[in-house]
Amino acid sequence: MPSAISRTAPPAVAAAPAVLHQPQRRRVANRQALLASLVCAVVLLAIVVVAGRFVLYDVAVATDFSQKNLAPSLQHLFGTDWMGRDMFARTVAGLSLSILVGLLAAAVSSVLALVLASIAALGGRRADAVVTWLVDLFMGIPHIVLLILISYACGKGFWGVTIAVAVTHWPNLTRVLRAEIMQCRESLFVGHARKLGQGSIAIAVRHMLPFVFPQYLVGLILLFPHAIMHEAAITFLGFGLPVDVPAIGVILSESMAYLSAGMWWLAAFPGLALIATVMLFDLAGSSLRKLIDPHSTQE
Amino acid sequence: MASFVVRHIIRLMLLLFAVSIVVFFLVSVSPIDPVQANVGQSAYLNMSEEKRAALAQYWGANTPIWERYINWAHDFIHGDMGTSLRYNAPVSQVIAQRATNTLLLMAVAWVVSGLLGFCLGILAALKRGTWVDKVVKTYCFVLAATPAFWIGLVFLIVFAVWLGWFPIGFSVPIGKAAADVTVFDALHHLALPALTLSVVGVANIAMHTREKAIDVLESDYIRFARARGYSPWQALRTHGLRNLALPAITLQFASISEIFGGSVLVEQVFSYPGLGQAAVTAGLGSDVALLVGIAIFSAALVFAGNLIANILYGVVDPRIRAGVGSYA
Repeated sequence: MPSAISRTAPPAVAAAPAVLHQPQRRRVANRQALLASLVCAVVLLAIVVVAGRFVLYDVAVATDFSQKNLAPSLQHLFGTDWMGRDMFARTVAGLSLSILVGLLAAAVSSVLALVLASIAALGGRRADAVVTWLVDLFMGIPHIVLLILISYACGKGFWGVTIAVAVTHWPNLTRVLRAEIMQCRESLFVGHARKLGQGSIAIAVRHMLPFVFPQYLVGLILLFPHAIMHEAAITFLGFGLPVDVPAIGVILSESMAYLSAGMWWLAAFPGLALIATVMLFDLAGSSLRKLIDPHSTQE
Repeated sequence: MASFVVRHIIRLMLLLFAVSIVVFFLVSVSPIDPVQANVGQSAYLNMSEEKRAALAQYWGANTPIWERYINWAHDFIHGDMGTSLRYNAPVSQVIAQRATNTLLLMAVAWVVSGLLGFCLGILAALKRGTWVDKVVKTYCFVLAATPAFWIGLVFLIVFAVWLGWFPIGFSVPIGKAAADVTVFDALHHLALPALTLSVVGVANIAMHTREKAIDVLESDYIRFARARGYSPWQALRTHGLRNLALPAITLQFASISEIFGGSVLVEQVFSYPGLGQAAVTAGLGSDVALLVGIAIFSAALVFAGNLIANILYGVVDPRIRAGVGSYA
């Protein structure tokens, strides 16, 4: 019977044996590879932030009119713009800003999500209805419109974009965490703990927190890519960081005036760098999820 | 049925009411002065005091926000969405003009990205583990990390500047009388923005379809069909396609919010005169009435998409249909 099945099944399925069928040593290596990719991603992002904030920031805003409109070369890896500013330095500085805004916004958003999810899951029916309605309301307005409105309400600029990104990214994570906490509350081990006479604080700290925390952490890290992309988008539309700051959105929006003149490098490289950054965060998030989430260790 | 309709109409009303309150609240707390935002710094400094007062009156800067809201809500209930101060025209007229462009753009992107994503997902599932699958997966993964407006910029560079196949922006040729614009002109201008939006929208639907198709391919009924001598594609076509298509369509309806967001960015890149561009102009120019109008329009659009998705869920899976026969 098994041989008959494997003959009819698509060959690709048979070609990929389950991880548990492999020798234990290879499984450990898999884990280490995940850990290594996580560490690499974090270190690379840290380097970008440090370089962008402290090493290259002065270069990024320095103008040199003898060097303007240069195509990429060894001297200027990403070329220069119409004011002779080095695009590589501007890109790195922009990325570092994006990462900082993304970190701040994702942290705030995830805390909001955790608080709201706890209220919804533990606060009774009414609280649940209110939170669910809030989630629906926030998801009912297109995200970009909401970002524009909130950034406008906060007077645009750094705080405008950071607050806008921070207070609009919680709905999805809130849904996930709410379901998770509810499942945890109904679980046998929490029921047993209650029957054994533990107080609600003890249950929350010793039994529920370890259950929910991995989901929270993964959700937090997977918020970064969204936060960074929305920061760039809002700045690109003109509601975010001011034009004198080297941000990716500013760089790309300024480049639009020079594209028809054939200066493709103004848009191409900063965008690629942004994609690479977002993918690094994705990599870090999915590695971490596989490392700490028991449900996906077999992937 | 009647209660279903009434319930959803009430929900829509509540949502639109909440959206309008939120928008007015956000605008009222904004520190941005509409007069300064619209006349520019130097003109504002050279302006006489009376002129400033007149402009503040025009932009309603001195009227308390709750009074403006009540005025607005009163008119809105009577079908008047107010006057756009930026475009100097009724909001309903501005929205109607631009909604045609945006809805056309969104509709093309919606259909193309849905079809393309569905086909790619099926293809990847059938060729699971091969290079085809890897290409599709990488494509989706990279695309999920790519901002829509950057793709637009790249297309602009490649197709409009280097190859010169498509115009660089707007929805009609520059300097041509409105009466002379042909359908071909309009489509020619629509192509690049629609392509951008379609390419971006593929990732989600393709990955979803791939996962589902793999589940279906591993199911017992497909195994039975294979045992009867069907090829994987034949088995999937006869027994799997319908199960896969409806969830995909449902997902596509639920993603209208994202497509609208993408269209805002893409319109900005291609200077395409749609709702997104109007929203940006309204926001930068403190045009409250237009901002509220667009927010309400887009919320209603998203609501309609989600509603259709919900109804389709019921069609796909009878167990979700509440109050039907033995499942109730």
